Amino acid sequence: MNQQIKLSIEDVYKSYGDKLVLDNIDLKVAAGELCTLVGPSGCGKSTLLRLLLGQEFADAGNIIIDGAPARHPDPHRGIVYQKYSLFPHMTVFDNVMAGTRLSKQAWYLPWRRDEADEALAVSMLERLRLVDAMHKFPHELSGGMQQRVAIAQALMSKPPVLLMDEPFGALDPDTREQMQIYLMELHEEHKLTIFFVTHDLDEACYIGTRLLVLSQYYTDDRGDAPLVSRGAKIVGDYRLAREALPTTEKASVQFKAFVEQVRANGFSPNNRCHVRDFNLKHPHSFQTLTRQESQL
Amino acid sequence: MTANYKPVKPARLFGVHAAPGSWHKLLLGLLPFLLIIALYAYASHARQLDNPDDKLLPGFSQMVEAMQPLVLEPSPRNGQYVFWADTLSSLTRLALGAGLAFICALWLGLNMGAFRGLEAAASPFITFISMIPPLALLPMLFITLGVDEVGKVALIFIGTFPLMTRDVFIATKAIPREQLVKTLTLGGTQLAYLYRIALPQVMPRALDTFRLSLGAAWLFLIAAEAIASTDGLGYRIFLVRRYLAMDIIIPYVAWITLLGFLLDWALRMLSRRLYPWYAGVNSK
Repeated sequence: MNQQIKLSIEDVYKSYGDKLVLDNIDLKVAAGELCTLVGPSGCGKSTLLRLLLGQEFADAGNIIIDGAPARHPDPHRGIVYQKYSLFPHMTVFDNVMAGTRLSKQAWYLPWRRDEADEALAVSMLERLRLVDAMHKFPHELSGGMQQRVAIAQALMSKPPVLLMDEPFGALDPDTREQMQIYLMELHEEHKLTIFFVTHDLDEACYIGTRLLVLSQYYTDDRGDAPLVSRGAKIVGDYRLAREALPTTEKASVQFKAFVEQVRANGFSPNNRCHVRDFNLKHPHSFQTLTRQESQL
Repeated sequence: MTANYKPVKPARLFGVHAAPGSWHKLLLGLLPFLLIIALYAYASHARQLDNPDDKLLPGFSQMVEAMQPLVLEPSPRNGQYVFWADTLSSLTRLALGAGLAFICALWLGLNMGAFRGLEAAASPFITFISMIPPLALLPMLFITLGVDEVGKVALIFIGTFPLMTRDVFIATKAIPREQLVKTLTLGGTQLAYLYRIALPQVMPRALDTFRLSLGAAWLFLIAAEAIASTDGLGYRIFLVRRYLAMDIIIPYVAWITLLGFLLDWALRMLSRRLYPWYAGVNSK
């Protein structure tokens, strides 16, 4: 497996006003990984994603994507949002073609057509079973179909890193499961590097090849005095064994036990782990602590 | 055993559950028109009986008679069909003033909505000048630009431009930030976002605003023509007012109203044809 590092974050801090949100985040993600990020609500998952996307910028630290520092949004990373991913004034086909048209043609002229790209778009739509809906507008589709179109749209541009911000958050459980399987298949098929933010721990453990837990519930040598301002850190980093798991996997005792273990370590204000004892077992995991955080 | 209940059939006309059919809607819609025409005909007839020379509420035959030379016969003075010449010059002024205002408002509003720097520079100013009552500017416009076409077109422009700009600006700004990020991550440029993503999304809304602004545009047109003009629908109304020629004024007002209605309808149809997705997105 290609072990090239696609995404690397070092000593990243981000605060809004007085409130520190991200506190000394370190992270490396290798190519081909489907990296899921979970955490309790309000821990800064979406903030981290926006930093990766270039929609916002860190107060300190480096974010390197595909070898270059993350600047304003560009084709180095694709994005699928929970909503507003699709252009409401374009049909499904035009939405999927949007990437190639926007990047290859400075001005869109309908008579100038790229047959190869159009064939690719059609095959992508076939793959996601959207051919019948090709000439519909996004608002005419169900939520699951819209998200399939959004994924197809992002994949057409073959981004080095695909970011996903709770893409299945608004879907009903059945559709959601289907979409998870679609995503896992596409990940295998196209050898994608995906950074997937979700608040659903089951989902994160199920689809990922690597699980990151971001949480504000931890402790360190700065103490627990009320004045200590602490933001979220990556408190857990697990490698997940995933070999095209059937959905029944979710019901297995082993899976449930693992989910409960992750939940206990990251989601509970009453069970704070010390920074030195974080469960960072993944081979690419690394942690740089400041003197204040760990006085050893 | 379940009883055989009668199926629910909503009322045709009355109550909150009413579901009028298309024929009902058509007849109901025509009703106020018919009522007002009948009322007018009755009142006019009553006054004619009282005084056959009454000028205030002329009958329909009198209106037809009075309009005939204006519509069907060339004027002895310059050989023009007065009614059609008035219509043409009024519509030209309206199209120039409101059309230019629409194009400028669309461009400026779009750029203000997308570029924060321009917003900071232009937004307070546009908000401020939109408070100027345009009619208060009319004397200044006539003094500086002259009493011919430019002054009238300028009045319509100034009267409609700030409001449309503000509306397009608000609509552009309301587009979710996600759409910009999407465009950029798909390889589009900033200009591509402006003209290929934002513009088509605000166009239907801009056309709605344009339709609403046309009402104001007519107001400024008639006002300008009333004060200084040699032709036009507004000019004619204010000219024949001196002779209490209600038999000309009433058909002219009806004609202006019909033109406004048709223009509005045409724009609505155009918007529906060009932006079929708009109604669906809005109903959600």
